[in-house]
Amino acid sequence: MRPAKRGFRRLSILLGMLVPLLLCGCERDMADQPKYEPLEAAAIFPNDQSARPLVEGTVARDAVLEPRPERSPLPMTEAVLKRGRERYDIYCSPCHGRTGDGEGMIPERGFPRPPSYHSDRLRNAPDSHYYDVITEGFGIMFSYANRVAPEDRWAIVAYIRALQLSQHATRDDVREAGLEDKLREAK
Amino acid sequence: MHRALRRIEAVNHRFWDFGPPLGSFSRKRGCALMGQIFRPRANSFARIALLALFLVILLPFGIGFALVRSPYLTGVDDVPRQPVPFSHQHHVSGLGIDCRYCHDSVEHAAFAGMPPTETCMTCHSQIWTDAAMLEPVRESWRTGKPLRWTRVYDLPDFVYFNHAVHVSHGIGCTTCHGPVGRMPLTRQATPLFMSWCLDCHRAPEKYVRPREHVFDPDWTPPRDQLVQGRQLVHEYGIRVGKLTDCSQCHR
Repeated sequence: MRPAKRGFRRLSILLGMLVPLLLCGCERDMADQPKYEPLEAAAIFPNDQSARPLVEGTVARDAVLEPRPERSPLPMTEAVLKRGRERYDIYCSPCHGRTGDGEGMIPERGFPRPPSYHSDRLRNAPDSHYYDVITEGFGIMFSYANRVAPEDRWAIVAYIRALQLSQHATRDDVREAGLEDKLREAK
Repeated sequence: MHRALRRIEAVNHRFWDFGPPLGSFSRKRGCALMGQIFRPRANSFARIALLALFLVILLPFGIGFALVRSPYLTGVDDVPRQPVPFSHQHHVSGLGIDCRYCHDSVEHAAFAGMPPTETCMTCHSQIWTDAAMLEPVRESWRTGKPLRWTRVYDLPDFVYFNHAVHVSHGIGCTTCHGPVGRMPLTRQATPLFMSWCLDCHRAPEKYVRPREHVFDPDWTPPRDQLVQGRQLVHEYGIRVGKLTDCSQCHR
């Protein structure tokens, strides 16, 4: 064989080895591994759901098993109120409004208007009433049990109480809180 | 001797026609290998050769790199087809609904959470109940078969990403997902390159924001972002040196 021909043959062998090496960069097996990402479809399960719904009656390991109390088990601290306000603004205010008067953005767009928290009936309702409504829903309101954890429900109840107080505070309440100066300023 | 020179001449004429044949000098002036070797047209040849080198070697690489970084392959600005043309612009900016109303596991899980049909129906059992656009939602509610949304952000499976840890350390939704509140249809805002991840992991102070603004769709960095950012990085206990460890994301 002539040297030039041999060189050409060597080159083609080298290229033949290089090309598969370069092409294997195109195979992205590792990028899409044979596992299910959250909520990915899986034909072998009913409804194609790889994320299986919980078996009925499943109890979370850290669930509170005692029946829910009539009054909120949480102390009325600033931290609880802040948490309650945050959760209320996320999950409740779209319908119930930021102040709890039932004038949220969604009723403005045609959803039936929810009752105001500032009526006598709701002001006198026990803490557990609000907790139960969040857990189970009420009338056309859906349950928020999936979206709001039990502890957060009590925090929301605490914040609803604060909202109710904000609309029904008397001059004595203001004096007791030492905020009378601010009231005068506002006037 | 003459025969040898003539052979060189012949060779020169055949292959390297850049300059006068070497032999011609020696014959006229009796002095070999002096004077100009290349003729003027050799310049053009050199240019053409350089250009060819560029075209043959650099251009394919250039095109390759440009292609890999182009939206065509990164998916930036891609708007995948969805079963329902859901508008974040309407729900976030128009109605003021918080991100967490629907993406409710974002604060305590790796996965931000896609709302179940129940979340849509919380409002749409009462509003827009006849809208044809929402028929897939109602059908899903009737049959129990979940809606099949197309993932807009798909990280490679060898990357570990946790929403909760980012959100709780002051990285806002819009930092990675772009101005979601101004998207009529959801599109991918960022290329998801590793270099893009590292851009923040090397210098989180450029992006970190106060916790109360993490879910604010309209937040923009203040003028002294770097100063505030450094304070927040310290306050949140972000160990910047550790953020570029391989095992942070590849575990």
